[in-house]
Amino acid sequence: MFLQLLRIELFKIFRRPRTFIAFAAIAMIVLLVQFALKVNGKDFIQLYTDSQADTFDIPYQEIQNGYFVCVAVLHMILIHVPLLVALIAGDMISGEANLGTLRLLAGKPVTRTELVLAKFSASSVYVVLLLVWMALIALLGSLLLFGSGGLAIFKEDSIHLMNEQDVLWRFFAAFIFAALGLTTIAAMALMFSAVADNSLGPIVTTVCVVIVFTVVQQLKVPIFEETINRWSFTTHMLGWKGFFYVEKNAEGITIDGSIENPSSLVKSGLVLLGYITLFLFITIRYFKRKDILS
Amino acid sequence: MKKYLLILAWLVTSLVLEAQDVKELLKNVKAKYDKVNDYTANGKLKTNVLFIKAPVATIKIYYKKPDKLKIKNETGISFIPKGSVNVNLNNVLGLNNYEAIDGGTDKINGTDCKIVKIFPLSDEENITRATLYIDEKQSLVLKSVISTKENGTYELLLTYKNYAEYGLPDKVNLTFNTREYKLPKGITIDYDNGTNKDNKDAAKNKKGTVEISYSGYLINKDVLDSVFE
Repeated sequence: MFLQLLRIELFKIFRRPRTFIAFAAIAMIVLLVQFALKVNGKDFIQLYTDSQADTFDIPYQEIQNGYFVCVAVLHMILIHVPLLVALIAGDMISGEANLGTLRLLAGKPVTRTELVLAKFSASSVYVVLLLVWMALIALLGSLLLFGSGGLAIFKEDSIHLMNEQDVLWRFFAAFIFAALGLTTIAAMALMFSAVADNSLGPIVTTVCVVIVFTVVQQLKVPIFEETINRWSFTTHMLGWKGFFYVEKNAEGITIDGSIENPSSLVKSGLVLLGYITLFLFITIRYFKRKDILS
Repeated sequence: MKKYLLILAWLVTSLVLEAQDVKELLKNVKAKYDKVNDYTANGKLKTNVLFIKAPVATIKIYYKKPDKLKIKNETGISFIPKGSVNVNLNNVLGLNNYEAIDGGTDKINGTDCKIVKIFPLSDEENITRATLYIDEKQSLVLKSVISTKENGTYELLLTYKNYAEYGLPDKVNLTFNTREYKLPKGITIDYDNGTNKDNKDAAKNKKGTVEISYSGYLINKDVLDSVFE
């Protein structure tokens, strides 16, 4: 029964043209970034390496490969994808309320918990498909356009270099982690959606919450760093980047297959799972008691 | 008065003779290096710079007289210090217009070495000063400290084994000054995994090292100029 519910919810999601706006937007952004880096890749790399240009010969050509471009794409795009997720997940319950089909749906021989879980699962499938699409065009597309090679990651205060054979698994792990992060957004949007009777409110609310926490996180002031940011979901959603931070040994040599401080990634994963559980719990609890009048 | 003049004459003469001695020594060393017109070699490059995490790189080194040197990473990405061009000692030994003075002796890895300080006289040279630690018996430079106009000071420690007769090292340790690496906040939007805080102060004004281990030298096989472009 649950699978049938999920199928119906997925059908509803993919029947709407707005669902494909996200896929089109991602494709456009990726293509624009790829084009920009193809034409002005060296300038982009100089942004990160300028301070070291007097000391080192910067291997611009070697850095500018498909893996580097894909990380650059993900870096730019994954901050904005929550907005696209909110567009769909924020409409899941409130959209039905707005159309007047929610009462009909609630009258079916399924529990309200099953209904919420089916809608959440359908949103999660949408998130995964969005990421698969991103992986296809950002990773495969960039590899086709720029070729492969080792990977250079520029952090605020360090540069991480990886061998080519040590890169691909990091992308898989990063995409899985990004799916966890975006599922958190889907769960939050669904929660707001359960409360509202029209789609606009939960979508805008989700977007606003993401923007507020992202701004607070980017301020990097101690008062927020030590309080809000430690537990903010936007902080932990960046965990996908952690898979590209490599550990080195005492001689300064990177250890293949290593991750810098992996326990922090486990913590971030658990925090995100905690948020998903919390948002779902609130949604189910509220939806079960909700008077459905439309 | 006559006595003082004699002492002065003796001092000047001994200084001139000393300078001639070290120039003779440099000539002997150069003669060894001059056997090599060009070479290619395979190598492994280890980078140890505080803010760079890099794997051991498989590299290919190309050299052509008088001062062309190229280090290419065959398999990945390496940040190669600009001073690595000084791995080729012809940069110092090939100087025409210079003063050399005897700096005494010192032991490098248990080998007695003569210290020779070299001061280029031409303003056009990038090198401002070089100190060479020379194994007189083998006419090999075991250590050099080279100060340049543009790229600071580089210290080279050279170990010889199979290609000592050509003056080509099997291993080179290059130490150089690094600048702090710090990007403005918000550019990279890093994931905070709790490791950044430890590095903040340590990242300033530290020295970096690269270690190049050579193997499979191909000497005087005519390296193409296009390799260095």
